Amino acid sequence: MATLEIRDLHVTVEADNATKEILKGVDLTVKQGETHAIMGPNGSGKSTLAYSLAGHPKYTITGGTVTLDGEDVLEMSVDERARAGLFLAMQYPVEVPGVSVSNFLRTSATAIRGEAPKLRTWVKEVREAMERLNMDPAFAERNVNEGFSGGEKKRHEILQLELLKPKVAILDETDSGLDVDALRVVSEGVNRVRETGEVGTLLITHYTRILRYIKPDYVHVFSAGRIVESGGAELADKLEEEGYEAYTKGGASA
Amino acid sequence: MGSTTAGSIAVAAESTVATRMSARPSFDVADFPVPHGREEEWRFTPLERLRGLHDGTATATAEGVKVAVEAPEGVVVETVGRDDARLGRAGTPVDRVAAQAYSAFERASVVTVPKETVLTEPIRIAVHGEGGTAYAHQVIELGAFAEALVVIDHTGDAVLAANVEYVLGDGAKLTVVSVQDWDAKAVHVAQHDALVGRDASFKSVVVTFGGDLVRLHPRVTYAGPGGEAELFGLYFTDKGQHQEHRLLVDHNVPHCKSNAVYKGALQGDDAHAVWIGDVLIEAKAEGTDTYEMNRNLVLTDGARVDSVPNLEIETGEIVGAGHASATGRFDDEQLFYLMARGIPEQDARRLVVRGFFAELVQQIGVPDIEERLIAKIEEELEAAVS
Repeated sequence: MATLEIRDLHVTVEADNATKEILKGVDLTVKQGETHAIMGPNGSGKSTLAYSLAGHPKYTITGGTVTLDGEDVLEMSVDERARAGLFLAMQYPVEVPGVSVSNFLRTSATAIRGEAPKLRTWVKEVREAMERLNMDPAFAERNVNEGFSGGEKKRHEILQLELLKPKVAILDETDSGLDVDALRVVSEGVNRVRETGEVGTLLITHYTRILRYIKPDYVHVFSAGRIVESGGAELADKLEEEGYEAYTKGGASA
Repeated sequence: MGSTTAGSIAVAAESTVATRMSARPSFDVADFPVPHGREEEWRFTPLERLRGLHDGTATATAEGVKVAVEAPEGVVVETVGRDDARLGRAGTPVDRVAAQAYSAFERASVVTVPKETVLTEPIRIAVHGEGGTAYAHQVIELGAFAEALVVIDHTGDAVLAANVEYVLGDGAKLTVVSVQDWDAKAVHVAQHDALVGRDASFKSVVVTFGGDLVRLHPRVTYAGPGGEAELFGLYFTDKGQHQEHRLLVDHNVPHCKSNAVYKGALQGDDAHAVWIGDVLIEAKAEGTDTYEMNRNLVLTDGARVDSVPNLEIETGEIVGAGHASATGRFDDEQLFYLMARGIPEQDARRLVVRGFFAELVQQIGVPDIEERLIAKIEEELEAAVS
């Protein structure tokens, strides 16, 4: 069973000619089949965690370990992490002009699977996955993320999640900027992947709204660069009622 | 990386494009002083690498370039003397090297597509450098309502200065693809003059990959209203190469269109690309619709781009006029996004660069040329990443 283990992770970022520590000792274990929600106020370091796990060069790991089934993730390049089974659905997916969605998806699937998918089954696979996400087939011929609406970008991220079948999926504020209909479609996509039982999900969000559609097994409150409280789904209900105030005050005084 | 991107929109009584040149256009090289390098039209060009084309010391050799014209039936291909009346109609040399070429060539090549002749096969002109120095003159003329595709290939090694004229009759449609795929030492300086007839369409595709120094001067003027010109360019400037494209579109009659799109990628130390885009809208050119754009993608440190769009408008009675220029480094966020989907770094870089050019390549509208360009871009990238 695939397991992502994060131990005492410390991460810094360079900003305004100064080094700032954003993550201050994160501990978390995500197993295949589990869904963990990480909730926290803006600026608490949630997205830094997501991008650090994926290997974004902007972030420097200054301490701690991250392993996937015992393999050292921090030693891997960005593409190696993806091929090892990590997937990051981005909050702000990047435009790649002149590269069509279909070319991108196939290149990516070829890299992840280690061989080019058979054309006939691949076309069908993509078409069906797009239908499930209510995506127009013409979408495949557009350039990656170019001119996409917020909802289209997020659907495209979840389309990749469905096609690439990672061991651990990190969803970075996938719910932000979505209307209720788009949120439902995107959540259904995530749930289809979860129901296979083969993916561990790390759902990073600011709002409890998405948790009505995607039920977490564990909820963690993130504040000032670390997890300050963990619990079951009921913790989300508490946050819904009380907000983050108790944690941000605590974080500031810590 | 160094780059300058300066743009201006000037409303002027007299064209500064004309006045800032160091001499008036002329067919006679004696009318141009030998440039010293600080002139507006020479300031980006390394004169010492022109091999004497600019100062009268480059003498034509017996083995200069070999020109082979392959034309479908119905096309008239001639070699003519200097006094042929069909020479020098589309434009006048605007700098000393073009005037030198006009003053020094011995025989000119004239390719004529008679009126109302619509070609289904391209005219292919192979210009192959044999290691010498040459001055050349080429005229391609389309009669009224004729349609043709011309592919000009430059290969081998040469020091070549040339004038190329495109004369389009009323309603004619001409697409010219000029590929500069020279060997590493070649020097190529040329002025391309297009005279676009009433309701005629001219499409120029300039593709520059090779050479030590390539400096091209595609220019368009209109002979009547309703003309359209599309100027597309693609360059891949490698280590040590100087590739300069200086465009001028002179909207000298009403109701004409022009659209210029040049894109370049640069890699390696002292790769230098220069793009000058001059568009004039003269006072009488009401109803003009024009746009010009230059984009550069800098792949490595040590490369330099100078990009100068310049739009001069002497009448407000126009449909549209715009220009854009941007030079950017390779976008690391694009690289991260692709790599985060398992795509190895080199493949990701290839995807991005291919994507950068793809939109432009698709506008060429000639499938076998498009395929060839994509293959050539791949080849350049292989050389870059390996």
